[in-house]
Amino acid sequence: MIRVMLPAHLRTLAHAGGEVQIAVEGQATQRSVLDALEARYPALRGTLRDQVTQQRRPFVRFFACEQDLSHESPDAPLPDAVASGAEPFLVIGAIAGG
Amino acid sequence: MTNVRVLVGTRKGAFVLTADGKREQWDVAGPYFGGWEIYHVKGSPADPNRLYASQSSGWYGQQIQRSNDGGRTWDPVDNKFVYDGVPGTHQWYDGTPHPWEFKRVWHLEPSLTDPDTVYAGVEDAALFRSTDGGLSWHELAGLRGHGSGPHWQPGAGGLCLHTILLDPGNPGRIFIAISAAGAFRSDDGGATWKPINHGLISQYIPEPAAEVGHCVHRIAMHRSRPGVLFMQKHWDVMRSDDAGESWHEVSGNLPTDFGFPIDVHAHEPETIYVVPIKSDSEHYPPEGKLRVYRSRTGGNEWEALTRGLPQSDCYLNVLRDAMAVDSLDPCGVYFGTTGGQVYASANGGDHWAPIVRDLPAVLSVEVQTLP
Repeated sequence: MIRVMLPAHLRTLAHAGGEVQIAVEGQATQRSVLDALEARYPALRGTLRDQVTQQRRPFVRFFACEQDLSHESPDAPLPDAVASGAEPFLVIGAIAGG
Repeated sequence: MTNVRVLVGTRKGAFVLTADGKREQWDVAGPYFGGWEIYHVKGSPADPNRLYASQSSGWYGQQIQRSNDGGRTWDPVDNKFVYDGVPGTHQWYDGTPHPWEFKRVWHLEPSLTDPDTVYAGVEDAALFRSTDGGLSWHELAGLRGHGSGPHWQPGAGGLCLHTILLDPGNPGRIFIAISAAGAFRSDDGGATWKPINHGLISQYIPEPAAEVGHCVHRIAMHRSRPGVLFMQKHWDVMRSDDAGESWHEVSGNLPTDFGFPIDVHAHEPETIYVVPIKSDSEHYPPEGKLRVYRSRTGGNEWEALTRGLPQSDCYLNVLRDAMAVDSLDPCGVYFGTTGGQVYASANGGDHWAPIVRDLPAVLSVEVQTLP
């Protein structure tokens, strides 16, 4: 199971807890994790990535294992620790403004 | 016992204000969707318990929420707004071509007869419609495709379609307004459109009387006389007596003809309300006095309504979708401010009192009169 931490607004929107656990078929990548996340929580469609282009929304960032994965290919394998469930995949709303 | 429900959208959530027909004691519920911008909340005329809300965030994009119980509980519905075909370009602020990009829903207008049919006015300007209660959205692409779309340019708030008026006597007739393109009318249910801006003069565009390019802030009509339209333009208050074919100015003795909202009394089609704002660069009331102006002559002759409103040191704004009327007798008039107040008058504007004083900046106010 992949552990995903969502920001507060999206937890509320999806009626999800602080950490959600999702099953991913095949290799764990950003794309496969987000596909599984959106399938389980349809309200999250469009909140993390554009529904047509699949591009990450500008103020959304992805972190895991103390690394910023936001600019990695959506099809790149996630770290083993994320794939094994040892570490969570963190979705962060960028801190923007003054 | 008749009740009134006021639906308030703010920068940080939605609020539902309710009272009985006396409109003296108010219950305040909310915030709903706390922390999200709620551009608009509106109920279905065909089923007052069916509400739609536009919820958006710079971080997480657009959501549409639907309630089937008058706002007590909500569920997200579809939020996929995809322009029909190849979207093409409109003009950017500097006049260069800019691709059409969906940003948010400004206004939701439920059908007058079907609770599952609702129109959405969006930025970048386009009109969408759902016929399944918000479970899917489809663009009425004839609006952007009628020919002038590549020449539309955003106003300071963006290229937004902010006004949708449905003609109660003619199911095929729809009026919309876009800042800063102008007003448009469809007579075939949204399939085809024509600009209806003849008579509008905007000195700040290269051709002041051009077909498009006018910064229309708001249009209003009385349901008994849908061919008569009232408009608050960026500058000028305007009136049309022929369903938008031609407009003439009715600013009259207003202290300034700049402003955002305009609305019509529920029982007097010639009684209209505006909130004059000092200028486009200052965006607050003249002399620091919050005054609603009422015309009982369909324009030109205006009186200031001040009782109960702050008459000194008041420097807020009233946005285009933040005024509404109920259908009780006497007619109730409501407006919200960027300072977080929602004011109500239970007697057509003669006296005002705040329902609430300290909400987040108010983006929209709608009213339902409930049996």
